[in-house]
Amino acid sequence: MAGNGAIKEDGGKGVKEMVIERIKSIKGIPPEENMLPGTPACAGCGGLLALRHCMKALGRKTVIVNAAGCFTLLAIYPYTPFKNSWLYTAMASAPAGAQGIRDALDILIKKGRLDPDEDLKVVVLTGDGAAYDMGLSSTSGAINRNLDFYYICYDNEAYGNTGVQWSGATPFASKTGTTPPGRISPIGSELAKKDLFAIWNSHKPPYLATISPAHPVDLINKFKKAEQYKGPKLFIALSPCPPGWGIDSSYTVKLAKLAVDTGVWALKEAVFGVVTHTVVPKRFKPVEEYLQVQGRFAHLFKPVRQEAALNKIQEGVNEYWNRHKLLL
Amino acid sequence: MRKEMLTGNAAAAWGVRLAEVDYIPVYPITPQTEIIETLARWISDGVMDSKYVTMDSEHSMLTAAGSASATGARAFTATSSQGLLYGFEMLYAVAGWRVPLVMANVSRGLSSPITLEPDHNDVLAARDTGFLQIHCETCQEVLDSILMAYRLVEDERVLLPIIVNLDGFYLSFTREPVEVPDVEQVRNFLPLYQPKHAFFKASQPMAQSAAVLGGLGYSYFKYQMHMASQNALAVYKEVCEEFETGFGRNYDTIEGYMLDDADYVLVMTNSFSTLGKAAVNNARESGIKAGLLRLRLVRPFPVADLKAAITGKMAVAVIDQNISIGKGGILHSEIASCLYNEKHRPLLLSFIAGLGGKNISPDEFEFIINKTVTGADTEDAGTAQLIYTDKEWQEMERLKRMAGKG
Ligand SMILES: Cc1ncc(C[n+]2csc(CCOP(=O)(O)OP(=O)(O)O)c2C)c(N)n1
Ligand code: SF4
Ligand SMILES: [Mg+2]
Repeated sequence: MAGNGAIKEDGGKGVKEMVIERIKSIKGIPPEENMLPGTPACAGCGGLLALRHCMKALGRKTVIVNAAGCFTLLAIYPYTPFKNSWLYTAMASAPAGAQGIRDALDILIKKGRLDPDEDLKVVVLTGDGAAYDMGLSSTSGAINRNLDFYYICYDNEAYGNTGVQWSGATPFASKTGTTPPGRISPIGSELAKKDLFAIWNSHKPPYLATISPAHPVDLINKFKKAEQYKGPKLFIALSPCPPGWGIDSSYTVKLAKLAVDTGVWALKEAVFGVVTHTVVPKRFKPVEEYLQVQGRFAHLFKPVRQEAALNKIQEGVNEYWNRHKLLL
Repeated sequence: MRKEMLTGNAAAAWGVRLAEVDYIPVYPITPQTEIIETLARWISDGVMDSKYVTMDSEHSMLTAAGSASATGARAFTATSSQGLLYGFEMLYAVAGWRVPLVMANVSRGLSSPITLEPDHNDVLAARDTGFLQIHCETCQEVLDSILMAYRLVEDERVLLPIIVNLDGFYLSFTREPVEVPDVEQVRNFLPLYQPKHAFFKASQPMAQSAAVLGGLGYSYFKYQMHMASQNALAVYKEVCEEFETGFGRNYDTIEGYMLDDADYVLVMTNSFSTLGKAAVNNARESGIKAGLLRLRLVRPFPVADLKAAITGKMAVAVIDQNISIGKGGILHSEIASCLYNEKHRPLLLSFIAGLGGKNISPDEFEFIINKTVTGADTEDAGTAQLIYTDKEWQEMERLKRMAGKG
């Protein structure tokens, strides 16, 4: 990062923040590919697209620490799509794996057994199931210890790899394998999506952001900004998943964009706990536009329109943006 | 070299200190905690140059220890009982990473009912994971075994993690005189860990622990682990010899006590073996040619050494301080399987005793030895005996009556 920006004093708080050379358009996205094609991920995987951009931002001096999920199958012996290193751990403990690697690199460098040039960025890569549910304890520990690492959560709003079941990230009224809409429970998932951003942000990490594969410029700039901080740098990418969401694989980017334009997915960042929204739609599209194109919400429209559920979703979105005084 | 009065836990900590371990992720649990507190103090005082971190669980602790080892650092961790089970998923995982992690397990019975005192269901639950296992009888042996463990598993022919086991309370909190070697002496025996197979560095990207699809890759790696574990039997002998040259103490895969000329053999592990040895003395005094075999290396299982030591004996009593509910003693089964094809296999009897730290009294040993002698005479091994004395039974009844449950 050094030399890539000036330092700005933030008046009252005395927090130093680098002025980042932001990219302005997709022309500014690094052309180098650090994750190559030919993986077994589904066609149109939104998470994979987000990851491709993340890896451009992170570069090759990186070790990915993975938890069980769809992306565990990216590295299948004896192949890997990555130009960087990789360690698969288990579903619950990728952040603990990052702790061991970071600490080991630090000690080996300190004891003169590893050249500092050999140092790596340590990057946790997990799905939402690991991040929102089983891995919450190990993530909280790592953030609390101010571990110097990145965390990329590709959030497809379900346990995808096991065939799409409910997770703590599944939104209200979504159909999954374990929340099937039926005569008794016509809504599907009755529970609200957990607010992982708020949970993580309660630790006041140096950097935390939501990202979208449909907003690569915003994504790259967030990584650029994050780089100046030592400590946890955390990213949650809402990631359309064609088989899980019931959409055509050509629809991924469009849907990721609709999630932002309807206000369902707020693009924001938080620096030491202070939240700023980075992309605010000028006029919010109705949430229905986002819902009605997805198979997982089809039961809200057919055979009968579930007006109450649809209203509840729209009201939830309105409430969020009202609370942040950003609903124009 | 100096002599100190050390608990089993302190002896374990000394082993870690002398091995100049780089990285120690921890999580507290009785009766292991004294190990990690001792290490924390030394690191805080600057007498040890290691990175130490308290994790959020044993599952995380084992992940961090394994991943640090996969990065190229010498790592140590310790646990007991519920902690070992909480981290269980990572035992298999870390073994598959082929990293030479050393972990102390301070044995303690498993809930339910929740308890503190030892038996070996915890450590034996890990027997199929790929971790090697050394089980210790004395505090000196704990210190020495940690040093031998690193030397053994860092050998390129092995590269598997290892558990050094000691009994909670009976060994963890018992002080014994221990010779603490000088660090230079240890360095001669245990050189710096410089992995050629698993590390992370920028100039040489490496995908570790990649998935496999189907049995082709899976079997390939699992067989390799088994063969590496088998290699460890030969490597162990080398390490043992070098340790003896350097430090003057010998620790074979098994320890025989009055074993050579014995007709009747007790098989035991860990600290209660000391009680067994006293029982052997008593039996000898009353004219019974008894002996004891203490199993020290439990994984890899020292089949050849065991066979050589006990084929031709009249009868062998395996005293298991563990119980596989619905089957019986775990070590009894293991020993039976390795003797089955021997022409001169001894009669093999099974006793379960000492569960949850319950004492094995001289009377109980006498009972076991008598059963073994009559078993040999009648050529009848009987079924597994669950040892519980009349006195103990009465004490339980008394307690229940007191609580109004009689
Ligand atoms: C301890 C454990 N429990 C359950 C599983 C089964 N499992 C594998 S992947 C997965 C889903 C993970 O969901 P998520 O983190 O959202 O990632 P995704 O599959 O959606 O990519 C589950 C439940 C496992 N591997 N380990
Ligand atoms: S199931 Fe969804 S998240 Fe998983 S690989 Fe396919 S598209 Fe991607
Ligand atoms: Mg998911």
